[in-house]
Amino acid sequence: MAKMATTTYREALRTALKEALVKDPRVFLMGEDVGQYGGSYAVSKGLLAEFGPERIRDTPLSESTFVGAGIGAALGGMRPIVELMTVNFSLLALDQIVNNAATIRHMSGGQFNIPLVIRMATGAGRQLAAQHAHSLEGWYAHIPGIRIVAPATLEDARGMLWTALEDPDPVLIFEHQTLYNMEGPLADDAGPVDIDHAAIRRSGKDLSLITYGGTLGKTLQAAETLAREGIDAEVIDLRSLRPLDMPAILESVKKTHRVVIVDEGWKSGSLSAEIIARIVESAFYDLDAPMARICSAEVPIPYPKHLEDAALPQPAAIVAAAREVVGRRG
Amino acid sequence: MPSLGSDMEAGTLVQWLKHPGDAVKRGDIIAVVDTQKGAIEIEVFEEGVIESVQIKQGEKVPVGTVLAMIRGTGPERPRVPAATAPPSAPAREGPPTPAAVSAPQKRPHEEPSRLRVSPLARKLAADLGVDVTQVEGTGSGGAITREDVERAAAALKTSAAHKPSAPTARAGDMRAAIASAMARSKREIPHYYLSSTIDMSGSLAWLRAENEKRPVAERLLPVALLIKAVGLALREVPELNGYWIDGAFREGTGVHVGCAISLRGGGLVAPGLHDADRMDLGTLMRQLTDLVARARTGSLKSSDLADPTITVTNLGDQGAEAAFGIIYPPQVALVGFGKIAERPWVCSGKIEARPLLTATLSADHRATDGHRGGAFLAAVDRLLQAPEKL
Amino acid sequence: MTPDDIKRVVLDVLTRIAPEVDPASIQSGVSFRDQLDLDSMDFLNFVLALHDRLGVDIPEGDYPRLYTLDGAVAYLASKSVRAAAP
Repeated sequence: MAKMATTTYREALRTALKEALVKDPRVFLMGEDVGQYGGSYAVSKGLLAEFGPERIRDTPLSESTFVGAGIGAALGGMRPIVELMTVNFSLLALDQIVNNAATIRHMSGGQFNIPLVIRMATGAGRQLAAQHAHSLEGWYAHIPGIRIVAPATLEDARGMLWTALEDPDPVLIFEHQTLYNMEGPLADDAGPVDIDHAAIRRSGKDLSLITYGGTLGKTLQAAETLAREGIDAEVIDLRSLRPLDMPAILESVKKTHRVVIVDEGWKSGSLSAEIIARIVESAFYDLDAPMARICSAEVPIPYPKHLEDAALPQPAAIVAAAREVVGRRG
Repeated sequence: MPSLGSDMEAGTLVQWLKHPGDAVKRGDIIAVVDTQKGAIEIEVFEEGVIESVQIKQGEKVPVGTVLAMIRGTGPERPRVPAATAPPSAPAREGPPTPAAVSAPQKRPHEEPSRLRVSPLARKLAADLGVDVTQVEGTGSGGAITREDVERAAAALKTSAAHKPSAPTARAGDMRAAIASAMARSKREIPHYYLSSTIDMSGSLAWLRAENEKRPVAERLLPVALLIKAVGLALREVPELNGYWIDGAFREGTGVHVGCAISLRGGGLVAPGLHDADRMDLGTLMRQLTDLVARARTGSLKSSDLADPTITVTNLGDQGAEAAFGIIYPPQVALVGFGKIAERPWVCSGKIEARPLLTATLSADHRATDGHRGGAFLAAVDRLLQAPEKL
Repeated sequence: MTPDDIKRVVLDVLTRIAPEVDPASIQSGVSFRDQLDLDSMDFLNFVLALHDRLGVDIPEGDYPRLYTLDGAVAYLASKSVRAAAP
């Protein structure tokens, strides 16, 4: 048995960065404030001193430029890790990500690939208001040519980066901003993890709660409440948003026959909508109730705490939706 | 206006026993309706207050007509129609409509248009032979879920086993099933009919002698000989033994004779005797006795019903002279036996009284022609003349 | 066994075969098959059950004597019935 040590999501990310910088000289980190300031979420704190300005590079406030530089470096044989402060700001680099990173392998007939990793914070819950708090990973999951992953646990924060760097194509890692302070035990020998599969975080037979990232904790909390009522919920952590691990989802649906999806993205044109569509396509006759979604209210995420709370998926709403889907127990 | 039988199309409201403003609860008799079967009391299946009656005494209306509106009770429902309950749609609030009095199985909050059944429940109900209109839904919004269907299937089994005499819902289902299968058969299958009179004196004499030797529990009825003869004759005319599926005949694997069994209280099932051509008469009789007993106590197994390749209907000694039956799809033939009765028979130029049996064949003209049908009946006749070989 | 005992057994057997029948409504002189809609299989089961319950051997030739309640009771009594275990 490996020894367990208490750590945080932030430290797990930093350990992963260090590991990558040590293991592979082609790896370097760049982004706004990643060096002197230690990262806007303090993930890269101390790395500048340890690895120097060549490998921990502060960039101008120009997302399009430094994501483009990352793409160029990847084309040139490096293994860049680009940090974007939030998913909202990543929109300034959409052209680079969608038009270049995602397409070059295809447009070059496979001659060039882009082994680029982009990390960014996503989500709300810390009163950062609408321009710093949206959950737009579902948009990126729409795009062929890139992989989208969302670490929701310490193990995944620790292990997804290296696997993403090994991937020959661009991988976007979405770190929910409420998770950085999450504390818990992590094995000393924790290391790379797969980024292909969803994980069952809680096994159950009455319904499937499908979620990822920042809402995993709330969903597990809801599952515990439901368990006290005799409703045995299965909790699926998607981990990979593109591609979706449909076999895992369908297997769960075939077991529980009921589905509630919890996603901090909005409902309209969303990842949760996509999952529902695919379940209907593949498992219609396994469904025993209409599928439900707990998503963010269709408003720009509000700043005041009570409004922000009201706009986001919360355990009580998940519990209520699950009860409704399961129906009157008899 | 509730349907009080599949043949009922309309009824006359003879008398209202409850009036607007009266409170009613489940089980109350609210009206008397006259039908072809006589005056029948109409129960209510809802709780609430009668808001209005739509039909006057003496009026004759078709089945399905709304007789009265019942407003459901409950504190959360506003008395005065509000935004959610426009005056033009009182059914939204205490929504009885026809369902309230005519279809006890339907729940009050349900739109009459389409039952709320989950895809899984609907599929399971089809597999288990459960009529979803008879199932109470416990899912979201009263939807019928897998568990509801499973519960209904279990209850069906239990109630059939414990009280075979009063399964009214079940009998109704069965009627509906027979109606659907027989209507489909007559719609799709071009039947042809043949009949043949068979001298049973040899068979009956042999049977009498045989039964004298047999203890009570092992005695044979003529029907055992008839089924065995059908089984053996089908070996000679296998194109009557099987199914018409997707525009082609598929021969059955084995001769599984479905035996039409009438149930006390009405209805009919036709479970199969597997490999009837290969059983000796004692085994065949034993299995038939068991099948009849189980059919009548409602404890048939799915295997009994799964794969008969032909059906035999035997009217027995109380029945009519001949049966020209309707084929049970997708089978391609049905053999009917009337009662064995003494009638005149010409034998060697002389008229004698003989126990005669009219055997008939209803067959699917898509699968066979009359020539082969005739060969089949001739084989049955020939086999019954040598009962010792059956 | 007294004729009353035998009658009770006969009625019990009949109502097992035709559960919807009220034993009190059975007319003693009318054929069971007519008033209870018994078919040949029911009748065979009737004979078999009487055989099991009362221990009497009933040849097929005697079946007509069992067609009515009165007939059945008289016939079974005449066969010097030994009491069956309760």
